[in-house]
Amino acid sequence: MTALELARQLRHRFGEVLSEPLEFRGEITLELRDPERIAEVCQVARSELGFDLLLDISSVDNYDRPPRWLIVYELYSLRHGQHLRLKTQVAEEVSELPSVTSVWPAADWHEREIYDMMGIRFRGHPDLRRILMWEGYPYHPLRKDFPLRGLPSEVPGVAFTESAPLEGGPFVTTPGAPDAIAREPRARPVREET
Amino acid sequence: MQTTTEIGYNSKVEGDVIVTRLEAALNWFRQYSLWPMPMGLACCAIELMAAGASRFDIARFGAEVMRFSPRQSDVMIVSGTVTYKMALVVRRLYEQMAEPKWVIAMGACASTGGMYRSYAVLQGVDRILPVDVYVAGCPPRPEALLDALIKLQAKVRREPVLATLKRPGPALPVRPPALQARLQP
Repeated sequence: MTALELARQLRHRFGEVLSEPLEFRGEITLELRDPERIAEVCQVARSELGFDLLLDISSVDNYDRPPRWLIVYELYSLRHGQHLRLKTQVAEEVSELPSVTSVWPAADWHEREIYDMMGIRFRGHPDLRRILMWEGYPYHPLRKDFPLRGLPSEVPGVAFTESAPLEGGPFVTTPGAPDAIAREPRARPVREET
Repeated sequence: MQTTTEIGYNSKVEGDVIVTRLEAALNWFRQYSLWPMPMGLACCAIELMAAGASRFDIARFGAEVMRFSPRQSDVMIVSGTVTYKMALVVRRLYEQMAEPKWVIAMGACASTGGMYRSYAVLQGVDRILPVDVYVAGCPPRPEALLDALIKLQAKVRREPVLATLKRPGPALPVRPPALQARLQP
């Protein structure tokens, strides 16, 4: 069975909560309109459609284009040899959605990483601690409004941080620019926030 | 029966006695048996291993006894990216090393933070440790590390051992100010 057929089955099961399967370069994506139902959708995808492997969970910060968070689930079925991508959006005021650790135990560390780097909480996660930064670090460093150079902080006896000298940087690219010269990473004014 | 004790020139031991200053002898012992503590934190550690292996053979300079216990080491070779998460651990390991002790910052990351101008990386291990020799490179070739070791040996050779015998070692750089406040009694 192809990923498109599996995606159609999932949509048939949940109806309007899921979008029509979107195909881009042979990859199938379903958008989930209600993030509160993510665990339920994943449970069906695993137990009834055979998506037994959770490859990754990632998150996108849309910053000034709400809803701010986009959570992306990459599923794979060993039985069918097919990939499926689930996307769901969460508003900044909510910043919380159900955990899928009950569906795939592998989600544990992925969700901890998103919590650490983006500050999105997963309800029902068995152990929602930071995974890369240390306990007590006050920021979520992959958020768009966190400066690359970092901010000073200290947890006595554990770790401290300082701001890194960027010497004219950060060097950022301009996606969507017409040619490679315009897209080339160059120093641009740093957005001073937080 | 009368015995005589021979003082001064003795033809029986001629050629087997070397006369030198105590300080020069001590420094000579030290410089050719620097036991490294391999503080391998990233890809530089691979080059450090190469420096220790047969092709480059750091044993030629008397520094082949890599010890993973700080209590048995003389020179900490910080090879790799020091993250803020690791920084105080590196410092604690350094503090556990017995005097006399030295530090080689191997590679761009350990020396200055290297390409990681980032929220997560300490911008040079000299912010928390007194570094004796910096090695350029990303990663440096094993020859560069051997050169650093030879430079460190030259430094050890010049040290006034007897004058500083009862004195504590080099003061640790204390940064940031918050860390400094915590270290003061």
